[in-house]
Amino acid sequence: MNAMEAGQQADAAPRAKRPDSIRKVVPASEIGAIEVPLPWTQRIWNSSLFRRAVILIVLAVIWEGYGRWLDNPLSFPTLSETLTSLWTDIANGQIPDRLQVTLRILLMGYGLGIVLAAVLTTLAVSTRIATDLLSTLTAMFNPMPAIALLPLALLWFGLGVPSLIFVIVHSVLWAVALNTHAGFLAVSTTLRMAGQTFGLRGLRLVTGILIPAAFPAILSGLKIGWAFAWRTLVAAELVFGVSAGQGGLGWYIFEKRNLLETSGVFAGLITVMIVGLFVEGVIFQTIERLTVRRWGMHGG
Amino acid sequence: MGQPALKDPARGEALLQVDGVTLQYRTPERQVIATYRVDFDIRPGERLILLGPSGCGKSTLLKAIAGFIKPVEGAIRLNGAPVIRPGPDRMMVFQEFDQLLPWKTVRHNVTYPLRCNGVPADEANRRAEQVIASVNLSAFIDSYPHTLSGGMKQRVAIARAMAMRPQILLMDEPFAALDALTRRKMQEELVALWERVGFTLIFVTHSIEEAVLVGSRVVLLSPHPGQVCAEINVEEFGGPNSSGEDFQHVCRRIHDLLFPPAAGEMQ
Repeated sequence: MNAMEAGQQADAAPRAKRPDSIRKVVPASEIGAIEVPLPWTQRIWNSSLFRRAVILIVLAVIWEGYGRWLDNPLSFPTLSETLTSLWTDIANGQIPDRLQVTLRILLMGYGLGIVLAAVLTTLAVSTRIATDLLSTLTAMFNPMPAIALLPLALLWFGLGVPSLIFVIVHSVLWAVALNTHAGFLAVSTTLRMAGQTFGLRGLRLVTGILIPAAFPAILSGLKIGWAFAWRTLVAAELVFGVSAGQGGLGWYIFEKRNLLETSGVFAGLITVMIVGLFVEGVIFQTIERLTVRRWGMHGG
Repeated sequence: MGQPALKDPARGEALLQVDGVTLQYRTPERQVIATYRVDFDIRPGERLILLGPSGCGKSTLLKAIAGFIKPVEGAIRLNGAPVIRPGPDRMMVFQEFDQLLPWKTVRHNVTYPLRCNGVPADEANRRAEQVIASVNLSAFIDSYPHTLSGGMKQRVAIARAMAMRPQILLMDEPFAALDALTRRKMQEELVALWERVGFTLIFVTHSIEEAVLVGSRVVLLSPHPGQVCAEINVEEFGGPNSSGEDFQHVCRRIHDLLFPPAAGEMQ
């Protein structure tokens, strides 16, 4: 209100002409420290790694405390018991062996899924009918939990690695193909045209421009595919049990339950968690940091 | 620098001929004529401006010269040979900032097209350093594009195109998305660069001032569908003379040619 009244007054009175005003600018060097580092306590609290570590420690303390209070190792072992059996089974080679079996199957299935996704996407970007094929198949199969195909896989491929690979391929293929295809479609016309003015055509345009430009989408497809595959495989192993005389991590968990070694069950679960975290938090994060983050292509 | 166009004994002959070119594009509902029987040619060392109001088909025309669109009538010839497809002899600078490859540094954005066309690595690198220096970006040679400002990105795009030593440099409103101060600076830099290197340029704009500042000759296109309504020499009005009365006069003249006063309030 005040400002309005003042404005009206100014309008009413003959307006005095305001003179020009040339000011002195203080050189930056005389102002003193323009950037000051924050105190170390604040910097440490700003690190999400530190905050998460604090949460982990709090959870561990609660676990240990509750386990001791309950005092029933059969249903809920303490953290220290769990860590002990984790350490024993790592040291005696049981967990590493099982993990190796699981990871080998996983990589085979993951690799095959990616190859098939690449084929399907290549077809989809080159002809319209293949585009429709891809979107129809994806719409049909993407919502289907891979584990639901396990009975069918057993029927077709019997007990063993092929069945596991079949369900992993199913869980990887659609996620990767869908994301890659969407990524190709989202490459800007300008970038395509720029590539063409360099004289690139056909396959060279795809490898030189389209794939790197769609890489953020491809990477997120690979991440989703990995997450599906990992969960599916551990679950499938639980149902399946031993194949070819050697079980994987899921089988380890199942076995420990049968032996009523609950701390071993927890140790198996922790291994599943750690491997999942490692791949998502270290491997994929590193790839992301070295590529899309460095290129400023994330979140787009 | 070795601009073959300038050493050409046939200097004075047309480098590129646009001959009765009619262009069409399609929307899902209709087929639209963008330009109708456009004729002009460009000689080596010229800075030719395609100037016209929005929708006169000037960008479409430039894309046709680049080889992205085929004329439905007429022909575009470079050194007498018809233009069929895009190629590095007609490098193009786009308006959009995302024309740079975000996964490559400034240096590699410039060397990549050279490497694609068989220039050896050390020669490509030498040329890249040279052109990047000529657009004053040496300090940012190993930066990624997303860390640069819009003006700097456009300079990289210009450097990338120049490093290729194309027969003709095509620019599609390269400064339109920049702020006014940066735009003015870039216009001056472009002309200064031309004075040093002497390339042949086709530059699309809808700004009369920009046309007179940057160009040596302006082709005026009428509104939708685009037809050439005049070609004007503006060589003497750019550069340091750009604020004088002559400059205002030629802008006025171009304005009246584009929007005839008789046509009323067309603007």
